Amino acid sequence: MVYIFQQALNALQLGSIYALIALGYTMVYGILTMINFAHGDLFMIGAFFCFLIAFYLKLSFVPTLLLTMIGVAFLGVVIERLAYKPLRNAPRVSAIITALGVGLFLENFTLALNPYPQHVPALITDQTWTIGNVSISSLQIIIIVLSLFLMLILDFIVQRTKAGMAMRAISWDKSIVPLMGVPVNKIISLTFAIGTGLGGAAGMMYGLAYPVIDPYMGIMIGWKAFISAVIGGIGNIRGAMIGGFILGSVEIMVAAFLPSTYRDFVAFTLLLILLIFRPYGILGKPNPQKV
Amino acid sequence: MSKLKAAYQTLLNKWHIVIAHRFFWPIFLIVGLLFSIAASTFDILDLYLQLILIYVGINIILTVSLNLINGYMGEFSIGHAGFMAIGAYVASLLTVNVFPQTANMFLFPAAILAGGIAAALIGLLVAIPSFKTRGDYLAIVTLAFCMIVKSVLENIDAVGGPRGLLGMEKLTTLPWVFFWTVLSLWVIRNLVYSKFGRGVLSIREDEIASDLMGVNTRQVKVIAFVVSSFFAGIAGGLFAHTLQYINPRMFDIIKSTDILIMVYLGGIASIAGSILGAFIYTILLEILRPLGVWRMVFMPLMLVLLMIYRPRGIMGLREARLFIPLRDLFASKFWRQKKKESGDASAGD
Repeated sequence: MVYIFQQALNALQLGSIYALIALGYTMVYGILTMINFAHGDLFMIGAFFCFLIAFYLKLSFVPTLLLTMIGVAFLGVVIERLAYKPLRNAPRVSAIITALGVGLFLENFTLALNPYPQHVPALITDQTWTIGNVSISSLQIIIIVLSLFLMLILDFIVQRTKAGMAMRAISWDKSIVPLMGVPVNKIISLTFAIGTGLGGAAGMMYGLAYPVIDPYMGIMIGWKAFISAVIGGIGNIRGAMIGGFILGSVEIMVAAFLPSTYRDFVAFTLLLILLIFRPYGILGKPNPQKV
Repeated sequence: MSKLKAAYQTLLNKWHIVIAHRFFWPIFLIVGLLFSIAASTFDILDLYLQLILIYVGINIILTVSLNLINGYMGEFSIGHAGFMAIGAYVASLLTVNVFPQTANMFLFPAAILAGGIAAALIGLLVAIPSFKTRGDYLAIVTLAFCMIVKSVLENIDAVGGPRGLLGMEKLTTLPWVFFWTVLSLWVIRNLVYSKFGRGVLSIREDEIASDLMGVNTRQVKVIAFVVSSFFAGIAGGLFAHTLQYINPRMFDIIKSTDILIMVYLGGIASIAGSILGAFIYTILLEILRPLGVWRMVFMPLMLVLLMIYRPRGIMGLREARLFIPLRDLFASKFWRQKKKESGDASAGD
């Protein structure tokens, strides 16, 4: 029982990181119907930003978080402007390949500047409480609470504000919305900023919770987050949150009962099965092809 | 009757094309084969240049086979490195563990072929999801497949797990690479210009329409995937016996992206483009070697710029004349001329 509780806590921690990244995938997909394969690498950039800020500026937790999110969001908007905007009317395949290229560029650029894995300095004094036999660290609580807080803010923005309404409208019908006077480019930039900002926050939390960060860490975690988005139904924001927690728990369960090297295998097999039988995910709606 | 006569007339006028078609390929093949044998037995080319040529050949096989799916069929696969991995592992296991050491020289083609067949069988499996999904989702399926292959290989201790597989002899020689490259080009070129190939192209243009016109789209997709993965497996076997060491991490998404760059650099739906793309890319990477890590920064940047400014590549949707069968060449020339005449006539009116 204690073991299960402990593992559930770990699953919640991993799941909230996945969910935060998955939100970025799903928001961009919802608005541009494009898979931003570079998103996992923006997560990695977030971890490195956090490392740089914490190492050189020596700021405390909250300013570091804000600076990281702003920095990554800015980078995300720049990437959208330079690489994706010229391809908005090109075939979808061109956009996917560009996104893959941008992702590789970010990885290799970071690698060229910084060839060694790094360790993010601790920004908060880590305390561990033991309740019953379950030990909870303050870092774990901060990660889970902060992710939930960010998700609530996002949900508020998307459901209750004018900009959020514009986002939902664009994902509903891209050709009519501009006629209604919605500044589509600004809304797309905003979407990228929010999505990548959340990814940056996830990167920072990962850097704090796990011992090392390296330029290629974004590939695998980015893919896991993408699987989470697909599980929940890509394009659906609440689905991405649920998917993240589902995948997090599945992975922790696999690691608890099988050798941990099977984690990736299980995650991707889950994705394949899902794509074959329910490609629109848990909360998504089937989208039949029109002739 | 007048149509035939006109076609015959164009044929007479363009006799040099016919001659070139008839004689270029046999001469090229003989000279190429002799050169590759001479280069590898006598010291005509130094080993470094030979190695680069071997890599060019392997990359041509990979590029042209991926082009069948991504270029001609218009589907999107990013899992090509997975097929390559299967071919590499099967071929290497055969030459290292199964075949007797002394007979390896002679059984090498059999090992490569077995690698190709194993990859083709897996390709058959991957073709099944492509019936229902396409576009982004098929891309994810193929990528997930690639990751699964890598993950399975890492978990099987008998093939070395994450440590990789050692002990292959250097069996890949220039003549063998030349042979397999020519074979892959020949098979895929003939497939594309056959009745089956028209089906492949029609899927790219409009899958539903081609289905309605009576193209068996499922069959076409399966065959295209099988052929494509077969040659990826062949390339993997050759690659393993060039490097003499393989590990699962070599065949990840980065390798797949490499092949994608070659396809989109050279040009989609073009045999000549595939050759050009593989050649330019391989040579370019060798030339840029002094740049070290920054070379890897330059490479994806090139892909992004390519997609923005020239999304179809250098030879995109065009073909060098020597690869087009005479019948198609003259048919298209004849119709173009005919169209021009009728256009002139209507302008005259």
